[in-house]
Parts: sequence; structure tokens; C-alpha cells
Amino acid sequence: MTPLLDVRDLKIEFKTDTGTFMAVDGVSFTVNRGATLGIVGESGCGKSVTSLGIMGLIPTPPGRYVGGEVLFEGRDLLSMSNSERRALRGGRMGMVFQEPMTSLNPVYTVGAQIIECLRAHGMTNRREARERAIELLDLVRLPSPSKRVDDFPHQLSGGQRQRVMIALALANNPDLLIADEPTTALDVTIQAQILDLMRDLSDRTGAAIMLITHDLGVVAETCDDVVVMYAGKVVERAPARDLFNGPMHPYTLGLMAAVPRLDTNSDRLETIPGSVPPPWAMPAGCRFASRCPLATEECRASQPPLREIGKDWLVACWRAPIEEISV
Amino acid sequence: MTTPKTPALPTPVLEVSGLTKHFPLGGGFLQGSKHVVQAVSDVSFSVGKGETLAIVGESGCGKSTTGRALLRLLEPTSGSVKLDGEDISKLPPHRLQALRRNMQMVFQDPFGSLNPRMTVRETLLEPLLLHNIATGKRAHETVNKLLVRVGLAPHHADRYPHEFSGGQRQRICIARAISTRPRLIVCDEPVSALDVSVQAQIVNLMQDLQRDFGMAYVFISHDLSVVRHIADRVAVMYLGRIVEEAPAESLFADPRHPYTRALIQAAPRPVPGLRVASEPPSGEAPSALNLGPGCAFASRCPLATDLCRSTRPEIDAVDGGPTRIACHHADQRAPMVFPPAPTPTPALAARLAVMANARNSMT
Repeated sequence: MTPLLDVRDLKIEFKTDTGTFMAVDGVSFTVNRGATLGIVGESGCGKSVTSLGIMGLIPTPPGRYVGGEVLFEGRDLLSMSNSERRALRGGRMGMVFQEPMTSLNPVYTVGAQIIECLRAHGMTNRREARERAIELLDLVRLPSPSKRVDDFPHQLSGGQRQRVMIALALANNPDLLIADEPTTALDVTIQAQILDLMRDLSDRTGAAIMLITHDLGVVAETCDDVVVMYAGKVVERAPARDLFNGPMHPYTLGLMAAVPRLDTNSDRLETIPGSVPPPWAMPAGCRFASRCPLATEECRASQPPLREIGKDWLVACWRAPIEEISV
Repeated sequence: MTTPKTPALPTPVLEVSGLTKHFPLGGGFLQGSKHVVQAVSDVSFSVGKGETLAIVGESGCGKSTTGRALLRLLEPTSGSVKLDGEDISKLPPHRLQALRRNMQMVFQDPFGSLNPRMTVRETLLEPLLLHNIATGKRAHETVNKLLVRVGLAPHHADRYPHEFSGGQRQRICIARAISTRPRLIVCDEPVSALDVSVQAQIVNLMQDLQRDFGMAYVFISHDLSVVRHIADRVAVMYLGRIVEEAPAESLFADPRHPYTRALIQAAPRPVPGLRVASEPPSGEAPSALNLGPGCAFASRCPLATDLCRSTRPEIDAVDGGPTRIACHHADQRAPMVFPPAPTPTPALAARLAVMANARNSMT
């Protein structure tokens, strides 16, 4: 079965004052129908550029697609015309961004914005579109939707605005929902509501979700599969349960150990020494080598490819499985 | 921290009673109708020497306003703040400046809280010279020592803030805060803007500094996991008031206030399939502009009754112990079932051991 979304060796670079650098450097993964894929990593790892790149929303210049393919049901989004891509976005591909305030237009009511999206994708009857808008607001559990449909974004709270964004993304029954840090700006109780809602909707409509986040807790609770990115590359890709039970890559191990836990108490947090190399000084070998206690000459000299290490489990590390190393 | 620290001394470092900050809204469109935002209402707590009190809550609960009012960066509407027994809420400005030597602040945004036109050296020299802590050559030596103490190097002193990463900037802010050897540091979301791996470095640094210098922290945060890790005691705020205050251990083992319970249940845990089967609180929080006479959480509370909607519960000690809560019905709470902390799989334990061994053999 062809996956819904198949990203192959995606490369995106940016031109800046300090030079040209590759923000996304050969990223590959697939999203299956009805599944939820999480993309995690710390700031600057390229996760957001990946999601914008898939939607064809990279501003060029300064950005440039250097190579790769983004196959949506087998058709390459990157070689499509702009109008073909526009027909998919907001239609079969819905998007939710982190900032619910800046991604809604402040001078139109939320209803008008949902109706515009519905009409742009083929629903011509205005009255029908309004009814559908109210139905969508009800679906995302906005209280008294038939009244709130005429509210402006500033009249809603942050959580309510994010629910409107989700309603907007779901307006045309998308097959794929791309959510870039959808709950990062929200309080935890509201975050729990939004995540429940997204899970529930994907169960009900069968939409696949690609969730970009820095929060490992959110990933564990929401995703079936996980892609871990570091400095523009995928370092590990695995089913969520396997990844959280015992990550293979030293970076994933370090990241998980650094998360303070609510369920256990430790005296000291684990840290990953050092910091991510700056984009203009990427090493020739493994990008994590300078921070990795297991790094060898080989790690510093050449980049490890992503290779299979278990069922549906890929890791880019010369030394994995590391439990077989004797120190 | 698992090890309890020395019990608070008779005179706490910080004693806050009845702290209130209301912001009047008026003029412009609202002319004639005066509204008041009750950002902080009747907040009382104390912090002992070398102790960490965390203030947690969601956005708009008044935790940052409380932090600023403590240092009089915002003038409180009423209430008193005592530092080492001295009431600072009425001090004239010149006395206040001298007093700031003993109470410092670290802010959330390490980009906005350093002057971009000052080198790190200039930034760190300022408090030293202002408070006559060191002058001349000794001041420069102190700057170098401070940098080393927070994990930077003396050669960083002549750089500008934009040359540093977020974590490094937060180290500079911390160096500035400890330069006057304060008794108290108010930290407002000091690690919220940082990535997980950097966050861990800064949290560890703050704990090391507290152990070495013995200052108290008021640690303001929305992140319960970080709070559990760093705090000795926790105060939970909701819409301007403390609803529960307890030692960290007991707060996380047996949260009493329905809001605290909702917060803990809603926090995502990095364990797949462990989603606590409970409804996140539904309903909407009331606006801080028109709080009714009852409990502010009543509109979202599963235990709420008519009593809650008509009469606000006062905060009171429970069983004579150190825990205080503001709830009419907390006795009726159902036992809270926590998902057990997962034991690491053998493969994970083996991998972590290899990593730890390798790291140890490098140092």
C-alpha cells in the first residue's frame, strides 16, 4: 500500500548573511493513512522547516528546495504547479500552526474565515457553508457555536482560537493534518483538551496527523511513530512504544534522560554536554559527535546513514546497538 | 530534591502577607465604567533561608505579577512584603535600591533582559560597582570568577549578548543575579524558553548555586515537572489567589485542591499508553475582570456546589500540617491514581549504562 505521505531525501537550504546552510538535509519518512507521526527535536533541528517544506510554504528566496520528493498519494508536491498545490492545502491537507493569534485574520469573524475556506474548495452555497462552519465549531467543542461563529478572533481565548484553527484545518475533511506545535502556546489543561480533540477527530474521520513538537510527553501520548531530528537530519525513526522503551541513538537517549519527570524524583537532571554546532560549522561526520561520549574517529570522519536496526526502526549511528559496546 | 533541607529559621527570608495587586482599567473606550483586573488578591506565604518555593499556575493566574510585586518592580495595591523581617512595601526609593542587593531577579526571556549594547563585562560590573561590592581590578577579577562559576569562561566577558545562545545568556543573567550575593532570587520562568537538554543544565546550575551560596528561590513556573524537581514547597495559584500550598513531596503524592489535581493529571508524561483516563477540566475560566463572589474554579470544578458558587473558600491549614488549601469540598476528593513510574527495560538500562561509563571514562 502506498503511504499517504512519502517524504524522500528532502533537502532545503537557506541563504543568510553568514552564508548558505542546509536547514533540512536529506530527511525521509512516511505517514500512513489514519496514523499519527510525531517529529521531535530541539530548536533549530529543522522540524518546522520540514513541515513548511512539505506544504510548499518555504519562502524562496531566501529558501531553496535543493532536492528530494514529497509524494502525497504518489504525486510529487514539489513538482506541482502553485495552483495544484493550493487546491490541496486547506483541502485534503489541513494545517495548524503554533500561534493561534497570528494565523487567524483579526479583521474577519471566525465564521467568515471558515466559510472562505469551504468556498475556496468547492462549497458554493453560502448558507450551507455557514451551517457547516457552525457544525465544525461544534465539532471542536467551542461553546455556543452558533453565536461564536460571528465572533472576531480577539473575542476568543487562546485555547478557543486554537480550536478554531483546528476547525479550519478540518473544514474540508482532510486526509492529512499537519500540526506544528499546536499546543505549545497553551496551558496544560487546555493542551490536554486540544490533544484529546485531535486524537478523537483522527479516530472519527480517519485523518492522518503529522505532529511537530519539542515536547516528548505530547509525543508519547499522541503518536504511533516518531521521527527524531538533530541539526537538520533524522537520527532515529521508530514506533513510539519502542522509542520510549529504549531509544537507540545516543542523542535520543540523552534527550529523554534530560526531561524532568512528574512520576519519579531524582536529585540531579541528566544533561547533554555542549550545544548543537552552528549551521555554518557543521562537522563532516556525525553531527552529534562533539557531544557524544561514544564518538570514535569514524563518527567524526563520516556521516552515519539511517539504517534498519529493528522492525520499522531506523537509526543513524555507527555505534548502535550501543549496549554491545564494552567500555 | 529528595533530601529535605534544614527547617526554616524562625525569621523567614521572605514573608508576604495579604499581597494584592489590582490593575484599574479606564479611560478610552471604557470611559466612565471603571473596571479592575484583580491580578493578585490576598496572597500570603513565607520562604525560609536557602529554601525554594515554587509558584505554579497557568497563564493569567497572577504568578508573574506576584513575583514583580515582591521586588516592587510593580507597586502592590496592598499587603506587606518583609525581607529578613524588614517591611519593604513602604520603603522610599533610595532605600529600596540598596535593598535590591539582597533580592535579585532572573527573567524568562534571556534575550530581552540583557542590554544588547553592553558587553557581558559591563553588564556584570554594574551591580558590583553600584552596590560597592568590588572596585577597580578586583571588580574585574570578580567578573571572571562569576563567569567561571556559572559555567562560562573569562574570555566571554568582552562579547555582546547576541553572540550567545539562549542557555548561555541565561547563565549570564544568573551570574548577574548572584553577583551581589543576594538572600533571595525571584526566578520568573527561568527555563521555559530553553530546550530540554539546556533546561537541565540551567536547573542543575541553579541547584548547585543554591547549595553553595544558600540563597532562597521563589521559582515561578508553569511546568510541574521542573517544579517537582527543584522545589521544596509549592504554591498553586488560580486567578490571582493561592488555592493550595504544600511541601512538594506531599503536593505531588496527594494533591488536594481540585485545580491542582487537574493540573497534575493534564501534564503529559513521556510514557506511551499511559494517558490518565480522566476528563481534562471542561468549561471556561472566568475573566479576571468580573470574578463572582464564589470560588473562581467553580465553573470548571467537578465538586462544585451552590456553596462554592456563592462563598469563596478561604485558604486554611489542613490537619494542622504544613499544607494549606482553599476549597470547601477537598475532603470529598477521590483517591488519585497515578500511573506507576515505568521501570526501564533491560535494553534501556544497558544503553544508559554504556553511556554513563563512557562519559565517566572521558572525565
